[in-house]
Amino acid sequence: MKIEHFKKTSELHIKLSGELDERFSAYVRISIDSLIDSGQFSKLYIDMSELTFMDSTGIGVLIGRYKRLKPRGIPIYLQSPTPSVDRVLGLSGIYEIMYKAV
Amino acid sequence: MKNEMTLTFSAISENEAFARNAVAAFCVELDPTIDQINDIKTAVSEAVTNCIVHAYADDKDGKFVTVKTDITDGIVHIVVSDTGVGIEDIQHAMQPFFTTKPEQERSGMGFTVMESFMDSLSVERNIPSGTVVSMTKTIRGADWKKKKHSD
Repeated sequence: MKIEHFKKTSELHIKLSGELDERFSAYVRISIDSLIDSGQFSKLYIDMSELTFMDSTGIGVLIGRYKRLKPRGIPIYLQSPTPSVDRVLGLSGIYEIMYKAV
Repeated sequence: MKNEMTLTFSAISENEAFARNAVAAFCVELDPTIDQINDIKTAVSEAVTNCIVHAYADDKDGKFVTVKTDITDGIVHIVVSDTGVGIEDIQHAMQPFFTTKPEQERSGMGFTVMESFMDSLSVERNIPSGTVVSMTKTIRGADWKKKKHSD
């Protein structure tokens, strides 16, 4: 599991690569929270184009970040999810609270 | 002919990827589509995660998860079992978004994912303790399409 990030104007971009399951959920949660807490930004983009696997553990991680950012009015964009990850995201109804981005 | 495989492994999250990939590899002989393989991997991962996170929540030491897989006439049958604490109210636990661990940011979507990605799902008590999750999926890969078109 690899996590990369960069800032572009007022956007925080985080890229997840690898397989997100129970084994890596704490690592992903702590890493994203550390980035969220370390600076000002108005939009969070999570690039999922190289996330090859995610089960519902990942949904829990995403909803947890949504709950942290909602009070700050910061939207989350889920970028280019792979088909299998997109299927889990769609089933969970998460696109009702986060945006799907190309 | 029936083809069978049984895996028993320590109830630790490091084994989740091993379990789902082993079952997926076992199913390759059926020539499944990528979507079918991904569905099976996700469902197995959900079932194994439940064992690790819920069944053996308090003590994972020396505890095991068993995944039995058999293939008969193009149907994959997967049984994931544990000997942990069990589920008090199975019907209730299977409701979408139900979780006993909201503080751990659990989505409560595990059974919903299994139900959606597989053709059938049943959850029963293991005797004397624990839970047995059984799932089936009919694999209709490229070979099946070829046969269908030649009919």
